[in-house]
Amino acid sequence: MQIDVQTVNIEQKNQTFTHLKRRFGDKKIPSRYQEASYDLQATENLHYRPTWAPEQELYDPNLSKIRMTDWYDLKDPRQFYYSTYTLTRARQQETMESNFKTVESLNLIENLPDQVLKIAQDLLIPLRHVNYASNLNNTLVCGYGYGTVFTQPCIYHAMDNLGIAQYLSRLGLMIGDVESLEVAKQDWMNSDAWQPLRRSLEDLMCVRDPVEVFIKQNFVLDGLLYPLVYQRIADKHLLELGGSGISILTQFMTNWYQESVRWVDSVLKTMADESPQNKAVLEEWVGSAANHFTSVLLPVVALAVQGNDADELVSEVHDELMTRASKAGLFR
Amino acid sequence: MDIKKTPRKLNVKEKYRLMTRDLAWEPSYRDEKEIYPYVDYEGIKIHDWSKWEDPFRLTMDAYWKYQAEKERKYYAIIDAHAQNNGHLNVTDARYLTAIKLFLQGISPGEYAAHRGFARVGREFAGVGPQVACQMQSIDEIRHAQTQVHAMSNYNKYYNGFKDFAQQRDRIWYTSVPRSFFDDAMSAGPFEFLIAIGFSFEYVLTNLLFVPFMSGAAYNGDMATCTFGFSAQSDEARHMTLGLECIKFMLEQDPANIPIVQKWIDKWFWRGCRLLTLVAAMMDYMLPKRVMSWREAWNIYGVENGNALFRDLARYGIRQPMHWDDVEKSIDHTSHQIMLGLYQWKFGTAFHSWTPTASDIEWLKEKYPTTFEQYYLPRWEYAIAQKEAGGEYNNFGLPKLCQTCQLPCLFTEPDDPTQLAHRETEFEGEKYHFCSDGCQHVFDQEPEKYVQAWLPMPALMQAPLKGDLAAWMEWVSLEPTAAGDYANSEDKANFEKWRKQVSTD
Ligand SMILES: [Fe+2]
Ligand SMILES: [Fe+2]
Repeated sequence: MQIDVQTVNIEQKNQTFTHLKRRFGDKKIPSRYQEASYDLQATENLHYRPTWAPEQELYDPNLSKIRMTDWYDLKDPRQFYYSTYTLTRARQQETMESNFKTVESLNLIENLPDQVLKIAQDLLIPLRHVNYASNLNNTLVCGYGYGTVFTQPCIYHAMDNLGIAQYLSRLGLMIGDVESLEVAKQDWMNSDAWQPLRRSLEDLMCVRDPVEVFIKQNFVLDGLLYPLVYQRIADKHLLELGGSGISILTQFMTNWYQESVRWVDSVLKTMADESPQNKAVLEEWVGSAANHFTSVLLPVVALAVQGNDADELVSEVHDELMTRASKAGLFR
Repeated sequence: MDIKKTPRKLNVKEKYRLMTRDLAWEPSYRDEKEIYPYVDYEGIKIHDWSKWEDPFRLTMDAYWKYQAEKERKYYAIIDAHAQNNGHLNVTDARYLTAIKLFLQGISPGEYAAHRGFARVGREFAGVGPQVACQMQSIDEIRHAQTQVHAMSNYNKYYNGFKDFAQQRDRIWYTSVPRSFFDDAMSAGPFEFLIAIGFSFEYVLTNLLFVPFMSGAAYNGDMATCTFGFSAQSDEARHMTLGLECIKFMLEQDPANIPIVQKWIDKWFWRGCRLLTLVAAMMDYMLPKRVMSWREAWNIYGVENGNALFRDLARYGIRQPMHWDDVEKSIDHTSHQIMLGLYQWKFGTAFHSWTPTASDIEWLKEKYPTTFEQYYLPRWEYAIAQKEAGGEYNNFGLPKLCQTCQLPCLFTEPDDPTQLAHRETEFEGEKYHFCSDGCQHVFDQEPEKYVQAWLPMPALMQAPLKGDLAAWMEWVSLEPTAAGDYANSEDKANFEKWRKQVSTD
């Protein structure tokens, strides 16, 4: 018997899974993002309470002060599920790989002015520890947040932070071998410039409200740090000083940040739109953390930019962040 | 420092250490206990987290690259499968029961593993295990998603797939895998790793994935089979993680040994009870059989298990408790489960059926000491009822085991004519168990297992109050998805479509 399955036209029984039909109707075939994301987390009849915290549910929306009628409103505008996420990052890492090759083959690091190398060493390499903190913080949000569309991008974000820490490590190895990483770690542990930030991150790692961690890490801290370090210092200041070899190697961070802003802002806006109570909580978190991290980052920026320029840069970026907050509906 | 030093060549291990281990620091502004509040309460003592041996060394750039290649291939194949009506290549539509069970029972477990590994990837106080667990977390969401995507096409043409999300939370038999994963997730981080990382991924995974994936391959299901191949290298990583985590715990402190042994005992039994569903799948649900459950157990359970526990003996770990009971049950469980599923088929979102004459011959051959004697008569009774125009249904509700949540339908290990039934009284309430193994698990942590959500009592309580039609609506079960395969829409449609595409 021969089977020619390609030719036959069979009428479909179901356009879609029922849980997607309940959400989106069945006029349109759901996207793979929707299939991969909605209602994957168990919601009812959870069997046992966590032995580590019996007052909590196994998946517990009340771990946060933020309340959502439907946590699945917090969709990711990038529509990342595992496949689209890895394909996107694989393309970016290919670019980065050729960037590393270019820098190596043209001896761009060896030819860098000392001033640029010093800034890269003092400012960029210690940041790998900041990424590690963000990796842990986003892993927490993924583990304890509620609803797959909110939690799933957080594991991607956590792994991205690990990836960035590894790119920074490679940069360190290029500019000063293992010693570069050792010196950076000593700075991170002991130098005055980094202590306020390290203290703040240790504080943040003690926070257990997943949304609070998300907001303070991804919206506030990253919203100040990336514009300062990558957009202003690496891509402008160092370039002016003849440091294109560095900014080629931080290209991933610049692009990654621009991409994640879309997601983070959209989550913030959706939460703020949900209720005046949410808005008040978010304003409290964003307001206090923005002021705090701005002051914490000032001595870090001063490692690259002198005197008043550092103050100006930091307050400029603070204003930018507040503009984003306002676009998301806060402080209005 | 001397900037512009020419970089040394680093070996892989050293480089990986710098890329992961070296990122962490010892906190000085806050106490470690505030950052990692859950690493102590299970009683596991870790003196030196840096002794953790990385089970695999994969930096993120390499991870993205390899995984993206696999994803590209995987989706190309399932797209083609969907476009070319690949579902008509399966042996016959009975096969679909296996993958309906998989989607309803196992894919949600993949998702739970994703969340659970994210939690332990945060809670462990060492960067080595953190990163390894995070990587498994992201792999597990991959598995859940690729499975949903593979099944999505089957859902377009067949019953029983479409409301797996609601059925995961409400229908009775999915509470078997659900309670298993909920049990692991509600345990502490170390027990979670023994439960999922070691017992499930290392000891039992071959008994789950090999049968399903080779079953798919034998029965023409390219979509599922492709998933299996694509997940293989992930699984290899997960297995090394499982093994490393147990060795790490055992090497850190001798006081850890009895705790770990207790968990191995528990999770081995929990896992074997869960696998009885796989046993039924292998012996009954695959139109083209790969091997019998007995044969699979001999290879993947006995041979691999013995080698593993011989290896662990030097740490003072012995074979799991109740191993002998499992061994004695192997020639029975698939028949007991399938007879159970068949008599409660009005309440399952998949079809079951009575074995055909050739099925019966195969079962006789594979189970020479049990099938003909104990189970064939019951199948013959069901077949005779059907031939007389009746139906073999049991509208009495099964009594569920408080621990494994399977109906109490297993027999005594040493007497296949006696149904096993155990009871424990706790705080004035009676609790029922299918076996010594399940009773033992309960007795170790009664406060935990009294919380179990049992779907059968729920059916009798408000608002359903025993109303079967209301229950079916509540669990989103349409009558077309349930019942005997012989009269099913799936069978009729499959045969009709196959005829359309077949030429002699
Ligand atoms: Fe998996
Ligand atoms: Fe049981």
